[in-house]
Amino acid sequence: MKEYVFLYRGGERPTSPEQGQQVMQKWMAWFKSMADKGHIVDRGQPLEPSGKTVGAGKVVSDGPFAEAKDVVGGYTLIKADDVSHAAEIAKGCPILDRGGRVEVRPVMKMDM
Amino acid sequence: MIDPVDHLFRRESGRIVATVVRVFGVGHLALAEDVVQEAFCRALEVWPFRGVPENPTAWLMTTARNCALDVLRRERTTRSFAPELANTLQSEWTLVPAVEELFAVHEIKDDLLRMMFSCCHPRLSEASQIALILHILCGFSVNEVASAFVSGHAAIAKQITRAKKVLANSQALFDVSAPVDFAARLPAVHRALYLLFNEGYHGASPEAAVHRELCGEASRLTAVLLGHPLGATPATHALAALMSLNAARLPARIDTAGNLVALADQDRSKWDRELVSEGLRLLELSATGPSLTAYHIEAAIASIHAAAPRTEDTDWETIVWLYDTLMRIRPSPIVALNRAIAIAQAHGPERGLGEIRAIIDCDRLSTYPFYSAALGELELRLGRSGDAREHFRAALALTRSPMERRFIDQRIRACERGEARLPDLG
Repeated sequence: MKEYVFLYRGGERPTSPEQGQQVMQKWMAWFKSMADKGHIVDRGQPLEPSGKTVGAGKVVSDGPFAEAKDVVGGYTLIKADDVSHAAEIAKGCPILDRGGRVEVRPVMKMDM
Repeated sequence: MIDPVDHLFRRESGRIVATVVRVFGVGHLALAEDVVQEAFCRALEVWPFRGVPENPTAWLMTTARNCALDVLRRERTTRSFAPELANTLQSEWTLVPAVEELFAVHEIKDDLLRMMFSCCHPRLSEASQIALILHILCGFSVNEVASAFVSGHAAIAKQITRAKKVLANSQALFDVSAPVDFAARLPAVHRALYLLFNEGYHGASPEAAVHRELCGEASRLTAVLLGHPLGATPATHALAALMSLNAARLPARIDTAGNLVALADQDRSKWDRELVSEGLRLLELSATGPSLTAYHIEAAIASIHAAAPRTEDTDWETIVWLYDTLMRIRPSPIVALNRAIAIAQAHGPERGLGEIRAIIDCDRLSTYPFYSAALGELELRLGRSGDAREHFRAALALTRSPMERRFIDQRIRACERGEARLPDLG
């Protein structure tokens, strides 16, 4: 088993409370199915859409002001057999129904 | 991890918007709606990772309060908010405790009621009032309101926008602590809740779930009214009774295939016994004071149906008498038609037909499919299946939904087989 980080990017906002609730229930169900199958290492955290960026010369600026479709809304640490298995798991993510996407990034392992 | 309650968001939406509007002032309805939307989006961002909070209602309200604070900080120089806030907006020291106080439990207790009364603004038509109640208090999106009313999105959007403008332009939210004003507006609120319930009960939506939801929302808001000392009048109890007693029949009224089942054909074992006893309890509580409203009579009629184990056990004489009374209190061609049907049950189809023909403004029923259907049913019982079929054909042309169409279709086939039975009372 190797570890992977899911980065959730973009995703439209719901247009009504009922729709919001449905989206929520899908997320809950998806997390539960991942947990039941032992995929979750760390549920992760939601991230505020913007903060500060520190750049060259230690210049601190506001932002990042990414486009809504690129904003990382949260991350989860999972484990899977390989990257295609991890991608397969990500296919269940409800963000895909709402125009968002999941970035699947292997956690780098250093064998020294 | 628990699943959020059914329709939690929809339900909380009304309460939160009602509270935020009080804090911002009625002129900032749109801004308050943004705050609610923001709170739900926050929940959507956070709950999947951290799980549903133990008290989701409190979580949403606190989040909305924080979002409201952000809005106040951002907009305090460009907008004027509710007068209670005017002095505290200047400084962060005073702003936070003031807003916290406005969101305190004892303060938000009457917000839903206040908003309900505000939505029943005399400048709004009854149709606009119930669209607004569904949208603001029940959290239905414009699309959801449109589909519940089987109406076009554009028409409903326009109606809601216009209604919101009237609400936002009214000087202040309705003051529910003033007994005289309360009593004066109460009949309009009753009427709106009654119409909302009927939209669910008799509405044209082909989905059984929509019927249940609208009836459920109307009952829920009526319960809020009952929870306020000025709202718990005999008429409110009667209204709540009629909702419970009629809603009790909903499980039998639309079958699993989505077909409308006439009262006479309903499987009475499917009636919700708990709702029946709740309805009877409420009806008893309504029987005080001098006022006899149409809600009292309608609840009494529903209670007689509820008391009959089989259709043939129904006390039609009493039902006729109740319809006579209803005709005196709130006459309408539909009431007259239902009275005629009850007379047909008590005294035979010939008498019933005579009563239908005697309905004074029956031209107002000319677009109501169940008028022709009632004529057809009584003709059929007199063995005149040819005439009956003509009437059902006329009814078919007036049907408003596939569900009604299937219902009448089935009656046309019954004419062909010569089977008669009781016209549907709804």
